[in-house]
Parts: sequence; C-alpha cells; structure tokens
Amino acid sequence: MKLKTALMGAVACLAIAPMAHAQERGRDGNVNIIYWQAVSIMNPFLSGGTKDIEAASLVLEPLARYDETGMMVPYLATAIPTVSNGGVSEDLTSITWQIDPDVVWSDGSPVTSRDVQFTFEYCTADGGGCAQGAKFSNVESVEMLDDKTVKVNFTGPAPNPYQAFVGHESPIIQAAQFAECLGPRAPECTDANFMPIGTGPFVVTDFRVNDVVQFEANPNYRDPSKPAFATVTFKGGGDATAAGRAVMETGEFDYAWNMQLAPDVIASMAEGGMGVPVSAFGTLVERIEMNLTDPSPALEEGVRSTVAAPHPFLTDARVREALSIAIDRDLLVEVGYGQAGRATCNLVPAPALYASDNTACLTQDMDRANALLDEAGFMMGSDGVRVNADGVRLSILFQTSTNAVRQDFQALIKQWWEEIGVETELRNIDAGVFFGGDPGSPDTFQRFYADVEMYANNFPGTDPQAYLGAYLCDNIPSPETQWQGENINRVCDPAYDALWAELAATADLEERGRIGRALNDMLTKDSNIIVPLVDRGRVSAHSVTLGGVVLNTWDSELWNIADWYRISQ
Amino acid sequence: MTDATVAKEAIEKPRNQWLDVWDQFRTHKGAVFGLGFLIFITLFVTIGPWLWQVDPGKLDIRNKDVRPIYMLLFDSDAKVNWANPMGTDNLGRDIMANIMQGGRISLAVGWTAMILAVFLGTLIGVLAGYFRRLDGLLMRFTDLVLSLPLLPLLLVMMLLFRDPLRAAFGPENGIFILIVVGIGITSWMQTARIVRGDVMALKEREFVLAARSIGTPPRRMITRHILPNVLSPIMVSATLGLATAIITESALSFLGLGFPSDFPTWGKILFDSVDRMTAFPERVLWPGLAISLTVLAVNYIGDGLRDALDPRIRGL
Repeated sequence: MKLKTALMGAVACLAIAPMAHAQERGRDGNVNIIYWQAVSIMNPFLSGGTKDIEAASLVLEPLARYDETGMMVPYLATAIPTVSNGGVSEDLTSITWQIDPDVVWSDGSPVTSRDVQFTFEYCTADGGGCAQGAKFSNVESVEMLDDKTVKVNFTGPAPNPYQAFVGHESPIIQAAQFAECLGPRAPECTDANFMPIGTGPFVVTDFRVNDVVQFEANPNYRDPSKPAFATVTFKGGGDATAAGRAVMETGEFDYAWNMQLAPDVIASMAEGGMGVPVSAFGTLVERIEMNLTDPSPALEEGVRSTVAAPHPFLTDARVREALSIAIDRDLLVEVGYGQAGRATCNLVPAPALYASDNTACLTQDMDRANALLDEAGFMMGSDGVRVNADGVRLSILFQTSTNAVRQDFQALIKQWWEEIGVETELRNIDAGVFFGGDPGSPDTFQRFYADVEMYANNFPGTDPQAYLGAYLCDNIPSPETQWQGENINRVCDPAYDALWAELAATADLEERGRIGRALNDMLTKDSNIIVPLVDRGRVSAHSVTLGGVVLNTWDSELWNIADWYRISQ
Repeated sequence: MTDATVAKEAIEKPRNQWLDVWDQFRTHKGAVFGLGFLIFITLFVTIGPWLWQVDPGKLDIRNKDVRPIYMLLFDSDAKVNWANPMGTDNLGRDIMANIMQGGRISLAVGWTAMILAVFLGTLIGVLAGYFRRLDGLLMRFTDLVLSLPLLPLLLVMMLLFRDPLRAAFGPENGIFILIVVGIGITSWMQTARIVRGDVMALKEREFVLAARSIGTPPRRMITRHILPNVLSPIMVSATLGLATAIITESALSFLGLGFPSDFPTWGKILFDSVDRMTAFPERVLWPGLAISLTVLAVNYIGDGLRDALDPRIRGL
C-alpha cells in the first residue's frame, strides 16, 4: 500500500510539473518582441502585411486556428464542425459553428453570433477594400441561428469549408466597436483600427504607427492563469540582421521574427549564447522539374517544348530516377539553407495529413544510378558522356534563376550528374525574366526551353488540392495558351486526372489525405517527373529565457503567446 | 659646345625611332611598373594553369572554406591546406585555379572588346572628322548609338542570337562572341567623338596644308599625318575601354546575361564572394585586386605611351 501511495505521489508530481507555470496571470513581467518590419495597423482586414496580421493575432482571434502540424484547433468555437458531427452539411454547402459560451471580449461583453456575422459584413461591405476578401469569396451569407450558433452558407459545394473565420487572417472583430466603420469609412476609424477590442490574451495600451506597440494582459481572458506576461513591447523596424543580433547576441529582445539570413550568419549569431534560432517547415519546396518534351533549338517554334515533340531521353523513367538518386540532398541543405531547410522527396511536404512517407531518394546512390542508365541502354562513351545505340547523348541544359544559393546547387548537381556520365550545361536567368511569365520571352520557366530547371514553389493555406491540380493534362503551357499553365513538366496521365477529380469531390479529411499522398507519389516517387530537393522553412529566434515558443508556419508565429513564459535562471 | 662635337653628333648613326620611344617610356616609372604587372598577370593566367594543374570547377566539399596559407601568420589554428595556397570557396573549389581561369576570360573579353571598340571609334571618328560630307551622318549615327542602353540591348541580342551562336560555337565561345560584340559596339562612341574633334583641328594645321599642296591623297594623308597625331587620345580611350569592358562583363555575368555560372571570370568570383566578405575577406580581395591592378597598370601604360609617342615631350 505504501508503495502504491509513493508511486501515486510520484505520478502526481509528474502531472504537476508542467503545471508549474500555471499560476496567476502576469507573473513574468514584460516580454520584448522585435519584428524587423514595423506594425502600421492592428486590423488584419485592412492590411495584407504579415507583420500587421501577426501583431493583431495577439488581440483578435478566429473561431479556429491551425497548430504547428497544420491541424485545426477550436479557439472561439467549441469544436471543429465536420460532416460526421453534423457541423458541415452533407452537400458541403454550409457549415455551422458553435461559439464557446464562456468567451467574452476584453471589455467584458459576451461574444455572440452577431459578431461573427458582422465580421463577414465588414469584409464584404460595398466600397471597402478588404485585404482578406479571398477568405469570403465563396461565402453567400452568414446566418445567426441563435446567440451562440452561426451558420455560413456557401455559393456552392465547398470541399474545404474552413476558410472564413479560420486562421489568423480572418479573426472575429467586435460588432459594437466597428459598427460605424463599414465600407469606405473603414480606414477612418483610427481608434478601432489601432486598438481593437479582442478576445486574445493581450490588449493594446499604446500604439505608435510604424514604431512600437504596447500591450498588457487581457483581464477578461478565458484562462485565468494566462498569459504569463503582464505586458508586451512589440518593436518594429530595422533589418533581419539587427533583429537577430538583438535576440541572440545582446539579449535586448526575447523574440525576433523571420531571420532571412545565410545559415553561417545565423550560426555565428547563435554563438552569442543569448538566444537560439528555431525553425518550422511549411510547404515551400525547392525542386528540379523534368521537361518531358524536347526543347532542342533545332525544332521550329510551336513544336519546340510542346507535347508534339517528346523528349529524347527524359521520357524514360529510369533516366529520371538515376538523375534523382545521384543527388545528395543533405549536402545541398548544408550548403544552402542550414537550419532553414531539410531534405525531402515530397512535392507536398506538409501538413502532416498530406505528407507522404516517401524517403527513398534521401540517400545518394551512384551505383544504382549507373546501373539504371546501363539498363536504359545508355553506355559510357570515350568522352565520359553516355550514349545509346541510336546515338542519343545524355546531354542536359539545366536552367534556374540567378541567386547565389541556386548557383551553388547547380554546381554541385552538375558534378554529380557528370560523375554518372550525364553532360550538364548550366544556365541562369534573371529572376524577373525567369518568373516574369512574358509569353514573348523564351527564358520563362513556363516556356521551359531547357531539359531540367530548378525553382521553389508552395501553396497557401493547408489544402493542396489546387496545387496538385496544376499537373492535370489541361494545364500544359503551349503556344496556344500563350505559354500560361502550371503543368511545367507537360505531364499528362489520365489516371492522375481521374484521381484528382476524386479528391475534388471528397470532403472527409482522412480520405483527402490518402488521395493527396497518392497524387504526390505519382509525381515524385513513382515517376520522378518532379525531383524535390529541399523543404525550405522559416527561422525565427527567441531568447534562452523565453519558454513555450512553438513556431507555426500555418498560422501566426505568435499564435500561442498565451502559453509563453519566462524560464527563471 | 664646339663645332667638332656638333659635327660628331651629326654623323652619329641614326637611331631607330622606336628606341627613342622606349627610352622616353622608361623614364615614366609608373608606366614601367604597369607594364611589368601586365606582363606578370598575363603570364600568370596563360602559363599558370600549365604549372598549377587543378581543375577550377572541381568541387571538393570536404575541403570547403579553406583559408589562404598566409592566415597561419595571424592565427595558427586557421584551416589551411598547402594544396590550396589561396584557399577554397564555399563549395571547395580552388581559388587560385579559379583566379587563373577567370583571368583568362576577363582579360580576353577586355582586350577583344577594347580593340573592337577602339577600331570602330577611330574609324568613324577619322572619317567624320576628315570628310565633311560624312560628318553629319556619322555623328548623328553616333548620337543614336549613344542613346542605346546597354543592358536592354544585350537582352535583345541574347534572345535573338544566343541559340544560333550556341549551336555554331558551343555555349562558351558563343557567349564570348556575344559579349565581346555587345560591349564593343556599345562603347566606341566616346572614342569616335574625341578623335573627330582632334582630326578637325589637325586638318587646319600648316603641315596638313603642305602635304595636301604636294598632292598627298586622303588615304595616305590619314595614315601618315593624321593618325600618328591622334594616337594619344586613342591610347587613353583604349586604356579606359579595357577597364570598362572588364567591369561590364562582370556586371553582365552577375545579371545572368553572361557566361554560365560554372564558368569563372574575375567579376563573377567577386560577386559570388560578397555575401561572405566579413568571414572570408580574401575571396573578395584577390579578384578585386586583380581587376583594379590590371586596370591601373593599363592606365599607367597608356599614360607613359602617350608621353613617349609625343615628339615634343621626347625633345625632338
């Protein structure tokens, strides 16, 4: 019996340990945050700037937001509505949210369904320019069913109904405060725009445009033990280098946002010992795209790089696989991105639901690459370049935009490819031209007058449906479409098109995840038409004395500031 | 001075004119240093790769970020390697081999583009200055070319000629021809204007009148009397042109309009190293020194040559 008591005591102690911080509100004093872009407004509906939206996320909250894995967590709502719990209608044309009855605004009044309805009216009012209008583009109306229940009706079936009122870009604003600020009068409500009343852990006490914002803990916050900090000083301005130094070398600030710096620069700052860089990964993937059509200049315009002329050797899956596994992705990460990158084999690396467990490409395997090319009939010639029986030489033109890291990558990849007998010619094009999309220029990435090309791309939000839809047969760029279209590789697989159509008609999240992973594998693991290299993340820095920071690329970086605390030393 | 010595000097064997030029040139210290450096750098980039047989494009990632050997003097723990006396870059490429290879290209581009520009400029300047009927036409043409911006023009040239040249001469030679022609045909205008002005002034001088009065045809007049007298402004603009050509090539490579990225030139090595300038100053220092010293040397040689070629300064 004594042993049992002792064990239970130990268990109780363990359970209490994480609760050690759960004491009274405001016990840890002040926290200093630096954003190297200064905050100009606290209303995310009037600004597209990340810095404004993230500063506002301290005050304003949505019904639900994304956690660090890209999963939704209810904030002002009691639960996430789904088809299975009846929150989303069977025909996917409406979603019903239940507002948490305990949540009150910082002035003490309760949050009601009118506030949610008003937020929709505010963003869609005539004569007003709402920065987050895209979130409401498919919303037909917002109905109040009762004080705490609100129903959002869509213009048609919405497989992803979690756009409006979800995430830091579309929080709920108070109807009473913004009532007079509709449409063209929105920018005139200076007080409301600078000091909005919210439900978040902090309230604004002083707002200086493009300089400093002062916050104090919200006395009516729903959790009486949070936030741990009594005040927040939110400083803006400077540059990423200065912000990084202020946190990691001098320790003047506790948190610095978005360290867009070279990996060795961040590492040398971290040696200062006052702070640590943290990274999180979103959906931005640096990849090599293979051209399945022939870009040879010998072909006439209108045939060159179109489906009328298949590529002489990149249409062979064995050649593509050999090119993929000859690359040492870990070395590329080390050279180019350091902490801000990780090797990946996936086109959709995140959120976790859609990320395939595809890791075969991560190990460089020269022997297998050579064997694959032998098998494909390409034998090493006397000049070190492989040639097949028909005299086709494995000679590749490899293009990308002008950027120091990309040129380093090109040099490394060229070396590996030449080791397996693939002659590689490098070309780099000014980014303005390469990504410019001018149909008259032969150097755009869509026109693809090269055998392979390298760039990075991502998708907004957490749903990859539109992103994966880029690789449908209909999206192939050609002279007829003025070279517009996202299917850069000119891949056309009826099975892929059919599976994508299935994704577009599926609402169940698990099922969507399964289909999304299968589509990703069809383009990467199974065919190597797209060769992903590096999953590029975001790096921020926080002081060694600041605890509870969970970097999140799906929502505001400050999404969990209520849980931050001071580590006593 | 007696009559005897005067007579003795008069019968002394006549010296070659170029020996006199050389004697005068030698008195200009800067010019002699410049010539010495130019010969050194030319030998360094031409003979160097025969002696230092390291492939400039070879990546050796284990030996990346090696410091130059002299760093041992300041820091005995520095990562140095006798196989890479000037160190390696962030991908482990040998910097000395790159400077040699880059110098070959930079100097070749500089010289060729400069010779093209000076040839065009002199031709047009002399024709415009000497033949009044051609003057208006040629000078309006010069104004027209002067107003062409170099970068957009090169962009258009790239679009039109890159693929045919690449097919005909290979990627490197094709781009070489394109860049040299591009720089050459956009930098002859200053030379043409200066030469024209000088030619117009010379044309009114008595010795030209004298030559014309004995029936010298225009062709001989230009080659025998006009050109030697406008040699000094041509020399000066040639030296400036060499410097501009090297620098323009660097800028073009940086914008992605120049050579492929695995093809080193001094300008490109310099631009690639700027990001890590504080940690690895030598990577900026060496190509930067090579560019500035070459340009400076050529400028001094031009100065010395101008003095040496001027009969009045030579004291004749």
